[in-house]
Order: sequence, then structure tokens, then C-alpha cells
Amino acid sequence: MELFRNANYDFLGRKWLFMGGSAILLLVGLVSMGVRAGSWRVWEGVPLGVDFKGGTLVYVKFAHAPNEDQIRADMQEAGLANARIQRYGQPANNEVIISLEQKATSEEALDQGKVAIIQALSKNIPAGKLDLNNTGVQVLEERLLARDPLRAGSDAATRYAEVARDIAAYRDQERGGVLRSVEELRGHVDAAVLPVLQEEFFVSDFGVRNVEIVGAQVGAQLRRQAVLATLYALAGMLIYIAVRFEPVYGSAAVLAVFHDTLITIGAFSLANKEISLTVIAAILTLVGYSMNDTIVIFDRVRENLKLMRRVALAEVVNKSINQTLSRTILTSGLTFLTVLSLYLFGGEVLNGFSFALVVGILVGTYSTFGIAGPLVVLYYERKGSREGRGPVPVTADSKREREKIRAKA
Amino acid sequence: MKKNLLGKTIFVAVVVLAFAFGIIGIPKSWDGKGLAASIQSRIHLGLDLKGGTHLILQVVVNEAVKSESDRVIERLKDELRRANIVYAEIRLPNEKDEPELIEIAGVPPESSGELRRVVADMLPDWDMLSGAENRWTLRMKPQALAQLKERSVQQAIETIRSRVDSLGVSEPVIQEHGLGQYQILVQLPGVDDPARVKDIMQSTALLEIRQSLGGPYGSEQEAMAANGGILPADAVLMRGATSARREGGPQEEWYLISRASAVAGQELRDSRPTRDEYGRPAVNFTLTGEGGRRFYAFTSAHVGDSLAVVLDNRVVEVARIEEPIRDQGRITGSFTDQQTQDLSLKLRSGALPASIQYREERTVGPSLGADSIKDGVKAAIIGLVAVMIFMLLYYHWAGINANVGLLLNLVILLGFLGLSGATLTLPGIAGVILTVGMGVDSNVLIFERIREELRSGKTPPSAVDQGFARAWLTIVDTHVTTIVSAAILFIFGTGPVRGFAVTLTFGLLANLFTAVFVSRVIFDSVLQRKERGAALSI
Repeated sequence: MELFRNANYDFLGRKWLFMGGSAILLLVGLVSMGVRAGSWRVWEGVPLGVDFKGGTLVYVKFAHAPNEDQIRADMQEAGLANARIQRYGQPANNEVIISLEQKATSEEALDQGKVAIIQALSKNIPAGKLDLNNTGVQVLEERLLARDPLRAGSDAATRYAEVARDIAAYRDQERGGVLRSVEELRGHVDAAVLPVLQEEFFVSDFGVRNVEIVGAQVGAQLRRQAVLATLYALAGMLIYIAVRFEPVYGSAAVLAVFHDTLITIGAFSLANKEISLTVIAAILTLVGYSMNDTIVIFDRVRENLKLMRRVALAEVVNKSINQTLSRTILTSGLTFLTVLSLYLFGGEVLNGFSFALVVGILVGTYSTFGIAGPLVVLYYERKGSREGRGPVPVTADSKREREKIRAKA
Repeated sequence: MKKNLLGKTIFVAVVVLAFAFGIIGIPKSWDGKGLAASIQSRIHLGLDLKGGTHLILQVVVNEAVKSESDRVIERLKDELRRANIVYAEIRLPNEKDEPELIEIAGVPPESSGELRRVVADMLPDWDMLSGAENRWTLRMKPQALAQLKERSVQQAIETIRSRVDSLGVSEPVIQEHGLGQYQILVQLPGVDDPARVKDIMQSTALLEIRQSLGGPYGSEQEAMAANGGILPADAVLMRGATSARREGGPQEEWYLISRASAVAGQELRDSRPTRDEYGRPAVNFTLTGEGGRRFYAFTSAHVGDSLAVVLDNRVVEVARIEEPIRDQGRITGSFTDQQTQDLSLKLRSGALPASIQYREERTVGPSLGADSIKDGVKAAIIGLVAVMIFMLLYYHWAGINANVGLLLNLVILLGFLGLSGATLTLPGIAGVILTVGMGVDSNVLIFERIREELRSGKTPPSAVDQGFARAWLTIVDTHVTTIVSAAILFIFGTGPVRGFAVTLTFGLLANLFTAVFVSRVIFDSVLQRKERGAALSI
């Protein structure tokens, strides 16, 4: 099987089409962020998550299909009017994210948001009973120990620690974090324990699966660090490529990667998804991936420049793109396959992460032939080099290499 | 080349076995369960995959500086009195933002030389700056200040560690976070109820025994009135800790307490929960030798007086001193068993040098962590299998070559995680994905080159030779670029970004080995078996 045998598409001839397309994609993303920000300062419209903005995020799983309006009303009643309520995952999972924005001053009272959300959800609690769905192993153990239904004697502490762990494990692993009734534990715990559980505990119709609280100050700090680390990494790549090739190649590759990153961020804004720390990892992945793609083509260009002395640069670049087209499509296609399966089957936690990769790989592949190559050509054409090709660094080494290649050909 | 083939094959086998050991170690049993348990114990999963609590704490270092300044002021007053230097006032002009500043006012000009001498003798860590109108400012030397702050962070870490350790959390991580931020990172795997842990970690638990001079009073005003509106200079009003717990409304309790403490938390040697003579929960404590001597001296001198047990500036208990007490004491109050356990734990682990504030909390429920691993692994396997099938279809027998390389790459990468003790996180998985992508890419680059060479009429051995030689440069370029960026991310990035950088770097190093070296060995051994001129399946 073979994909593109002797491909010969005119990529460079369509460079304005590509550039125009990219401009539109960039613009759409920027407009979307502008609308989000409500002003010209589009960067304020980058859809940052709790990690980078500060705030509280509580993932709640319900025993029954959650009624969003009801949750919203509960939140409002608890004075959390600015809470954002969002369904996520498959409808059958009954999962909801409730988020609060952090007010810059409440750094000290970090917990308040979480506590308020959980309290707003726990209504109609029977007096003196604990919620079995939102009780930690230790508290469970203490309650059991106090009642001692097994008459365990001297090894009571270990016995009840084990019982508590079993109950929590059944709840978390078999029931996905939420029990529907205490009765469900029949057959999973000692018969003597069950009545005590029924006396001491009740089950609410929700379980908290995940809590993220980040102070606004920390968020700003993380944002700065993530951006700086990415910029430094790009600078490192730029220097390496500039040394291995020429500065203009490095610049073109970095511009292309910027282009990919911006479009991906725009896609997040359009899809109304938030950028979290894991999404940053995905963006870094696509930076590496797109850079890798670009270098493969540049490498071919460098090689071809040595072989085809009298050919215009545009043509050399075009030929290089075509020669590596099989590889580009193959590698991208296969990587795309992997991230697509991550997006489709990877579960909700990985959703933002895999979304960034799905978008990023498409854009990153496209920018390799649509942006990076044409940028190099444009640079030399603008520079007024008559034949429209750049000066090839000719060293003694590359001369010998060229001779060798000629002799073989 | 062919001569070394055996040697190379053995080399590959040794490397793979070494890393496979990194993943599974030597399991107790070789059935599925034993293997799984063994892998679980070797590959450390991050909290985002396993479930648990991640906290970032801020040590309010200025509090530690302030208490140092307070101590210095007390000593300075004594010293000035001894040297017969008069002063109007010694105070902290800006105790909130710059507690390292002490201001001395009202020293007559003729004593200024003497003041200088006293300060230079007594406080080598402080600079003395003169100000206007007989005002002098002492400022802690920057180096001493930095040391004090750093020391208080270290002490906070130690205190928190001993408190967390006694909670029985397995494998907690407690370390300084960030440079010069005075922050502490605490990771508690498996803790799904962080509220209690936080409570124990946060309270400063400074235990003091002071003299009780009066009370209880129903309110602050009442206390003031009872003392004629002016408090004695060496006394303070303090709220009782029990009042909040008392049933039947917010009845307050105030006491007049001596400013100086007879014994402070540092002199505590041990403490444990117990029950008093009525069977109520209580806390026993034992003092150190020095503390015990002082306590004995204090109680001998104050038989018949009242004594207050003060915890974090709240009066926990007031008792009459019936007879001198040497080194044992007991705190009773309306405690529950749980509270006495927590309190004795806090006392045992010493006081925090400064209070801490929370900056960040992430708690991943174990169900969610388990879910994301399950989903992630499922997706990764589906993706990997799809890629491998495609490679087989597209490159025929050579596809097997690529797939072997891909699998070995994963073995080496995971083995590295096992051997180095690095942690696998969600972003780390992103690094693995990029590694797989680049692994496939390296193979595709080589295979496409070999195909090109074959098309131009080369014999299989020389096409393989050329294919590897030509692709090598490109592979080095792409890998070095990516490793450069990963190294930079590792240096400048924080937690999750670092996790990504670690797996990526090692994945790529492994890839250079599997996609180039191992792949070459397989090609060579295939070519060796083939008759001269037989076609290559690629």
C-alpha cells in the first residue's frame, strides 16, 4: 500500500489561499475571544479555567438526572448567584461542574466556596446523620468505632478501618462515587454493621468527585509561569533551528507554531471550553509536534537545495513538501488516530486535553506546508534575491556532501 | 556489521530486560493479580490519576519576623534599663508589612553613643539607622532576615510533617514550593476528606501556661469595668475557648491573664489523650527538664493563685494551684475524644512558627482518578492498536519492525518511570502520546526513505543502508529540538509542565534507541536470512 507516489501538488502556488485561510481562522478565534472579553482587549477573552484565574470548581455526580434549574435555584438561595452550572460527560453519568469565580480578596478563605456549594446541595439532612456519599474513610471509621456493632474488642480500630475502606471502595469503584441508598450495601458489609449504618448515615443524591480551588494570586502566578516556560521553550527551539538551518527557517517555524497555538486557543473560545493546566500540556505537545513536522520538511529543503542548484527556491520547497507528503499524511493521520481515540474514549477528565490535540494536530499539520514553507519563500522573495532562492550556506563539508550525492545520482 | 549482529541483539535484549525489570520488578507471584500489584508498587501515579489531596500553603513569614522583633524589644528594654539609658518608646512602626523595623524614640542625644554600643554588642544581626528628632531605627540585616524567613518555612515543614505523619497518610509529600515564595506543597494520596487534615495542619497550637489574674467575665466591657477601666500593664484580656462550644447561646467568657507566660509550647516534651477522674476526655502533657524546673518555681511561688492554660491565645482552662507541680499537667475542658486526640497530636508536633494560609487545593476523588485511568488506558490501547494495524497494512513485514520498536519504546519509558521513581501524571501521559507520535514518525521517515531508494533501483541492503543514513539527520534534528524544549520546560515549568517534560525527554531518548538502533538490528537480521536479491517487504 502506498499513499502519494510521486505527488506533485502546487502547494506554493496556493500560498495566498493558505495565508488567507489562516488569517480567517485566526480572525474567527480573535473575534470570538473579543466577544467573550466584551472589548478590544482580546487576550482577556482567553477562556481560562480555574487554574489560571482563581476560583472554585466542584465536580458533582448525582444519583439521579440532575435538574439544572433546581441546582441553580439552590445556589442562588445560598447566595452563590454567580455560580456556573455545567453538565458534562455522557448524560447517563449525571455529572455536573459547579464553578465559582475567585474574588481577589478572599485568598485566605479559600475553602468558603467549596463549603458553600456543598451546603447548598445538601438540603433536608436528617438531624445528626452523616452523608454516606460525602464522608471520608476516616470519619466513617470513627463513627463505626464509636458504635462498635461488631463487638470487635481489642482489634476494633483495625477491623473498622477495614470495614470503612471496603464501604468507600464499593461506593467509589463499583457505584462510581454515589450510593443510591444505604440498603445498597447489604451483602457488601457485615450484617451487623448495616443497621448501624442506617441509624448513623443517610445518602444524599450527590457525591463530590473532584474539587479544585485556586487562589487568584496563584492563578496569576501559574499563568505567568506557563506562558514564560512556553516562550523560553520556543526561544530554545528557534536558536537550535537557526543554528542547524538559518535564522529565517527558525523564525518561520516559530511563527507557524504561534499560528497553531493561537488558532487552538481560538477553538477553545469558540467551543466554550476552558483552558486548564492539562490543556497547557496538550498545547505544549502540539508545539512539539508541529515543530517536528516543520523540521522534517525544512530538512528536505536543505537537502534538495544542495541537489538542485539552479531551481527557484519556491519550486525546491514545493518539491520537498511533495516528497515528504506521504510521511506527513501518514504520521499526522496516525497521531490523529491516537488523539481521536483519546477524545472519543478518554473520558471527561481528558476531554479538554484531547480536544486541544485533535484541533492542534490538524492545524499543526496544515501549517507545516501552508504557512512555514511559504513564509521562508516569501522572505527570500521579498528580500529581492533575483532567482527567488536563498543563499545556501556552503561549507567545505556540504560541498563534499553535494559531490557525493551527485556522484551517486 | 553482520559480525556484530549477535552482540547487538544481546545488547538490545539486556536493555529491554533491564527496563522491563523497572516496570514489574520481581513480583511475588506471576499471575495477573501479582503482576498488577507489582506494577502498581513501582509506577508512581500522580494524585490526578490516583486520587488524593494536593495543597499549597503560604507561610506568613512576617509573623515569625514580628515575634522575633518582639523578643528583641523585650531584651532591648531590659538592656537599656541596665545601662541607664532613658527612652520614651520602643515600638514596631509598621508591624504588618515591615516587622523587621524597630523604632526607638526619645533617647537623649548625649546617650546616643552609649545606645549605639549597646545595640552593636547585643544585636549583631541588626543595623542601626539614625532618624530625625532622636528617633532611631533598627533594621534586621537582609541576610539575617532571609535566614529567619527560610528557617521558619523549614520549621513549618517539619511541624506539618510530624502532624501529617501521625495521621497515618501513606507516602505524603511535604516540601518547599517555588523559589522565595515561602510556600509549602503538601500532597496526601488517598485523602478524600481534607477538611480535618487542613484543620490539624493549620492551627499554630501554641500552648502556654500563664497566671490568671481575674475572671471569668461575661463580656469585654464587664471585664474592663471590673478592673477600673484600665488594665494592669502586665496583663491582657483573653477570651475563653469554651464559650463558643457552650450550649444555649453565645455566652462569652473573658479572663484577665498575665502577659508573660510561665511555660510555653517549646518546653513541652510529650502529650497524650487521656481521661480525667470523671471519665471526661482530657490531654496529659509532660514538660522538658528546663520547663519543668521553671514550672515548679512558678507554681511554688503561686500556690493558691489561679493558673490559665492558653492555647493559641484562647483560655482553655483555669485552675487553682493546690500545690507545686513539677513537670506533669493535664488539660481538661469540654472536649470530645476526637478533639483530645487532635489536640495532643498538635501539641506533640510543636508549634508552627507562623500561621499558614491556603493558596490552592485540589482534591481528586478516588472514583474520578480510577475512572480517568480506566478511560485513558482504554483510549490509549485503542489508539495504539489502530496505529499498529495500520503500520502492518501499510508497510507489510516492515510494519512489524515498527510495531516492535513502538512497544519497546513504551517498555523503556515505563521502565524508566519505575527505576527513577518519577511520577506519572495526566500531562505525563501527553508526553507519552507525543513520544508515540514521534516514534511512528521516525519509522515512517526511515521506511519512506528506504522505499524511495528501492524505487531508484537500489538493492535491499544498500536501500536499507541509505534509508537509515538519510533519515538519521532528520530524526536527530526533530528529536534534539524537542528535547531542547523539554529541558527548558523542565527548568522553568512547574508541576504538570514538568511531568510532561520528563516523560517526553525519556520517551524521545528511548525512541532514538528503538526506532533507529533496534529497528536497524531487525532489518539486518532479516536481510541476513534472505537470499541475495530477494525483495524486501516494505
